[in-house]
Amino acid sequence: MKPLLIALGLSLMTLTAHAELPTHEFQLDNGLDVLVREDHRAPVITVMVWFKAGSIDEAPYETGLAHVLEHMMFKGSKRLDAGEFSRTVARFGGSDNAFTSYDFTAYFQQYEASRLPLALELEAERLKNLKIDDESFRRELQVVMEERRQRTDDKPTALAWEKFQAVARPGTGYAHPIIGWRDQLAQLQPEQARSWYQRFYVPGNATLVIAGDVTPEQVRPLVEKFFADLPQGETPPRPETTLNPPPGERRLTLRLPVRVPALYMSYNVPSLTTADHQDDFYALTMLGGVLDGGISARMESNLVRGQRVAAGVGAGYDGLQRGNGTFTITATPNPEVSLDALETAIKAEIEKIAQQPPSEAEMDRVRAGVLASQIYQRDSVMGQAMELGTLSVLGLDWRLAQQFDDNLEAVTPEQVQQAARDWLVAERSAVAHVIPEGEE
Amino acid sequence: MDPMKLFPAVLAALLLAGCAGFPTTADQVREAKPAAPELAIQSWRTEQGAKVLFVPSPALPMLDVRLVMDAGSARDGDLPGVAALTSALLGEGAEGLSVDEIARGFEDRGASFSTGSYQDMGVISLRTLSRPRWREDAVDLLARVIGTPTFPQGALERIRTSALQGLKMEKQVPGPQVNKTFQSTLFGDHPYGHPQSGTLDSLPAIERADLVAFHQRYYAAGNAVIALVGDVSREQAEAIAEKLSGALPRGDAAPELARAERLKERVTEHVDFPSNQTHILIGNQATWRGNPDHVPLYVGNYILGGGGFASLLTQEVREQKGFVYGISSYFKPMAAGGPFILQLQTANENADQALALTMGIVRDFIKNGPTEAQLEAAKANILGSRALETADNSDIIGQLGAIGFYDLPLDYLQRFNRRVEAVTVEDIRAAFQCALDADRLAIVSIGPRAPEADGQ
Repeated sequence: MKPLLIALGLSLMTLTAHAELPTHEFQLDNGLDVLVREDHRAPVITVMVWFKAGSIDEAPYETGLAHVLEHMMFKGSKRLDAGEFSRTVARFGGSDNAFTSYDFTAYFQQYEASRLPLALELEAERLKNLKIDDESFRRELQVVMEERRQRTDDKPTALAWEKFQAVARPGTGYAHPIIGWRDQLAQLQPEQARSWYQRFYVPGNATLVIAGDVTPEQVRPLVEKFFADLPQGETPPRPETTLNPPPGERRLTLRLPVRVPALYMSYNVPSLTTADHQDDFYALTMLGGVLDGGISARMESNLVRGQRVAAGVGAGYDGLQRGNGTFTITATPNPEVSLDALETAIKAEIEKIAQQPPSEAEMDRVRAGVLASQIYQRDSVMGQAMELGTLSVLGLDWRLAQQFDDNLEAVTPEQVQQAARDWLVAERSAVAHVIPEGEE
Repeated sequence: MDPMKLFPAVLAALLLAGCAGFPTTADQVREAKPAAPELAIQSWRTEQGAKVLFVPSPALPMLDVRLVMDAGSARDGDLPGVAALTSALLGEGAEGLSVDEIARGFEDRGASFSTGSYQDMGVISLRTLSRPRWREDAVDLLARVIGTPTFPQGALERIRTSALQGLKMEKQVPGPQVNKTFQSTLFGDHPYGHPQSGTLDSLPAIERADLVAFHQRYYAAGNAVIALVGDVSREQAEAIAEKLSGALPRGDAAPELARAERLKERVTEHVDFPSNQTHILIGNQATWRGNPDHVPLYVGNYILGGGGFASLLTQEVREQKGFVYGISSYFKPMAAGGPFILQLQTANENADQALALTMGIVRDFIKNGPTEAQLEAAKANILGSRALETADNSDIIGQLGAIGFYDLPLDYLQRFNRRVEAVTVEDIRAAFQCALDADRLAIVSIGPRAPEADGQ
């Protein structure tokens, strides 16, 4: 049995090429970026619109606003009553929804392929003509408060995570929860939502992504028909993010109504957009894979299976962010294991890499996983649209996804070791011990 | 000029504008009949008796393999959690292979292996690149893992500990607690009544010999369905299926389970919990796989609570009142029964009103059924979305697993479409009245205070 990459040799190129699908891009005069991915396997399409407007763009007094506006995008426009957007989508066999992240807000519709013109017309309507009615805003705010209760307030681990993030990412827009702090959320006003829409929902701040059984010849006239008359408006200024100096070591003890303790660790590290050298991004990606790229990776092998200190542990690098990246580890101790002991064991795993570079076999396994997952990802049209949109709102070239495995190939074990030494250090770390109320 | 003469022309122009309406593309799109690709499913049996379903899909160099066994928690017997533990320990050791060797064996080749345990099914999944040099290794390894599991004592202790930690964590949050109470309220001592993941009491009693016996009996070739989707030929698919079923223990299909019975009266249960929201589940045993009313119930439920933003429950309880973020309903047809489940979560102070409103909608729907307009919109959605349900290999493998496991005809999806086209308001009303009685629904809740039902 040969490991994938060793056996792969020359066929690597052909394998990747086989999976590559045509991608087209153009820009309308008003600044709207358009990306088209052709995938003719099945007669389906995904239409997404992405805005460079997420919760990190919120001022400290208006947390939750980006997400509330996302809800309001379904509550009526000049030519659609509240709820009619989704009812129309459903009537034509589609499904639709949206999500708000720290970095962006994105909307999607999925249909059988002949529904493309409708999808574009509906999307253009709410970009041009959204109406935010006071009464409807207040009722929807109640819905969002319920969403917050459900997702956060009634989940002690989610509450713990929210408090942890506030400390783990100090002085950035990532320090407040996407759904908003409860008290501020309750006080948001319709005027704030209108102003958010006017400020951020302009063509120059958006990317339209169309993936599936379409051709550029078919898409372009339709996009021009429905989107070209959107006024250009002013693209909101956004500060360039840079690599922050180390914030200093932070430790937090949270006593909450949990039944099982938990450990959270997070390091402030570069992202692909803030790294001085892109090598850092790829080295940190490999480091994440070596520590937790599967059940054969070190965290699972050594801490869950070997020493049996953790009931579960996860580690990962998130380097695709508008601001700085995070390297995060979460773990649940086994009974009779203290959080201190668990933290020590995790840090020892990091220290091992800082002392000694990972083996070539480990590096190959990480790359095999990445390479295979790129092919598996092509199975989903929505997944492809997500990939294109994510890169676009970060201001990155979509072709980067195709160079990803080549760039990982170039990382040496010594660079992974150096990444652990440089970035997973105390002055960049935040650690939280989440403890059941009433316990020591 | 005679103003009267002008009038019809103006009127006509106004009407025209009205007809053009919005969206302007609606008419054009309505004329395009949505494609509904038919899955050409190939099926055969292996020498050892496993049923195989196969759809070739050469577009991507990958292969999905799924084994679906009649080995879910319904087969736990008096050991709740034994099915789940057996499933979780596959991959923890096989003859001549340690857990580390198995994990590396898959991950070195970019293959992913996973198992899952449900009420009816034990599911084993492999996704691999389809080129022979990786696929063959991955399939060989899969055969050893499922055929000769060693269930090491140490792995049992470790996974049991982790499962017990998981059960404790479920007590931190309202959802899992109310779901379990609902399940036991509806199904009691029936094999669907106990929690799939076992209990704090049952897990410690399970021994290695129980896992070995469970595997021997329920992971038998005659109790398995093997589904394959991907870039392999029929001959290759046959060889893979033979290899996998040949590796499994010999044995027959598990015996049928007795059909679950309905609650005969309104039952209310409440769990006290200091949450901000009250979670409410409403339902009863209502259907089963093979129910001739399946399509009218499915279409009716789409209108009532299955259709997301388009559903009655979402429109009335969320959009109109703002009581909830999530509210939905579904029928869950399984081999030996299947509940109707309606779930909502609402701020404690709104729980009474939200429950009363919801019960009113349900009562009215059972009594009157949908309107013609609602039915037309539902049909348009369901028939118009068929292409989305078989677009990915992931979608297709899921369909094959269900079709094979529940012995549905290979053209099940096409038959389903034809029945949807034909279903009437009367069919839906009759099916709902047969399946559900608004006065005999269980209402199960969790929160600081039991919500007041509608007093009916």
